Amino acid sequence: MKISKSPWLLHYDGSSCNGCDIEVLAATTPRFDVERFGIINTGNPRHADIFLCTGGVNSQNQDVVRQIYDQMPDPKVVLACGICACDGGIFKDCYNILGGTDTVIPVDVYVPGCAVRPEALIDGVVKALKILDEKAEKMKKGEYRSLTSDEYAEKLYGDPQEAVPEASASGDKEEKNAG
Amino acid sequence: MTVYGTVAVIIYLLCSPFIACFMSGVDRVVTARMQGRRGPSVLQPWYDLAKLFAKESTSVNNIQKILVMAHCFFAIFSGAVFFAGGDILLVFFSLTMAEVFLILAAYSVNAAYSGMGAQRELLQMMAYEPMILLTAVGFYLSVGSFRVEDIMSASLPAVVKMPGFFIGFCFMLVIKLRKSPFDLSTSHHAHQEVIKGLTGDLSGPAYGFSELAELYEEVLMLGIVGLFFITSDPRSFLAAAVAIVIVMFCMSLIDNIFPRVKWETLLKAAWVVTFFAGGANLVILSFIS
Repeated sequence: MKISKSPWLLHYDGSSCNGCDIEVLAATTPRFDVERFGIINTGNPRHADIFLCTGGVNSQNQDVVRQIYDQMPDPKVVLACGICACDGGIFKDCYNILGGTDTVIPVDVYVPGCAVRPEALIDGVVKALKILDEKAEKMKKGEYRSLTSDEYAEKLYGDPQEAVPEASASGDKEEKNAG
Repeated sequence: MTVYGTVAVIIYLLCSPFIACFMSGVDRVVTARMQGRRGPSVLQPWYDLAKLFAKESTSVNNIQKILVMAHCFFAIFSGAVFFAGGDILLVFFSLTMAEVFLILAAYSVNAAYSGMGAQRELLQMMAYEPMILLTAVGFYLSVGSFRVEDIMSASLPAVVKMPGFFIGFCFMLVIKLRKSPFDLSTSHHAHQEVIKGLTGDLSGPAYGFSELAELYEEVLMLGIVGLFFITSDPRSFLAAAVAIVIVMFCMSLIDNIFPRVKWETLLKAAWVVTFFAGGANLVILSFIS
């Protein structure tokens, strides 16, 4: 049996304007009814398979995002929903914004849009399910373990002690990312 | 244990998860239709359970998993005693034991939401236990035995003599099956005000075991509903099945039309029902017998 038959998702609102969040909730209403795919909007990272993040990551909530991600058991996938979660969007140059979700945790699927449409969101989740199945298959063979947020930061920024990038102007950030 | 009892226990042990998964699958579809949605497949609870056992096994501490497995064991054990035709008091006591292990598992992680869920679960136990125990007493007064096999071989369905107990027991079933308005500690729905409360810190296979225990418990509780209707006449099994379907439908309906209540309301409501439905029936029964 495929794990994708029962994807439970966790929705976290980073620094979103709430536009995407309203669309996420719209997807669970009778009109779109994601539960027909077995998708459940759980409020608990320990029960979740899909981490659905809306809005950019800021200097205050980066630890929350990392903790939620680390608490989710494998196999798991991360969905960045909306342009802000993809790369910071309209808030990109704000002094407190680090950027998209992938500045702190590895992202598997990017769903652009401002705000993201429920159809696009469901499409993104369906794409994520394929990745989830692949990960589950590899995990069964013992070939796969997802990176912890610390390992990801080390891979991205080198030293884990300085893993968390400081929020700054976008120019600096590009330099750090490149390094 | 009779041959019949042995067969019933084997069927119970092997088929309960399938039966209960199917029943909660139907429940989810009925719920979806009540809300104007299409709803998931009937097999969805089965997919969910299989998924949980395929997930990575993470545990907050060493004891949590053992406690959850003890919870699962005692839940299965109480059902086995019931279907073997054993003592109904032992069934209720070991069911309480199972509940205590789950509460200990929730307390052991020392997390805010788990702790709050465990406290609420204790309150829920306080609310439903008196009525559950009274039901056992009611069976004794109406049939003259605590043994399930004796209750099943009575000439008259137990519900005739104990309608008050039946109403009271169905009321407690709403709490026991974690249906709204009494799903304070945890809920079978994904979203719950205390982040799944009691089961909030269980993940992967450990959560799977607690779900499995719930499935076995569900079959047991519905078995007790059936016990109110079963007599020595084989046709009474059909009546019991019809009663179970009606009770299940009422549970879905209640779950969908009531919002969650506060714990004070839960306690008051449960005790008022225990006093008037259970107590009055008990007084009448003790006069008759």
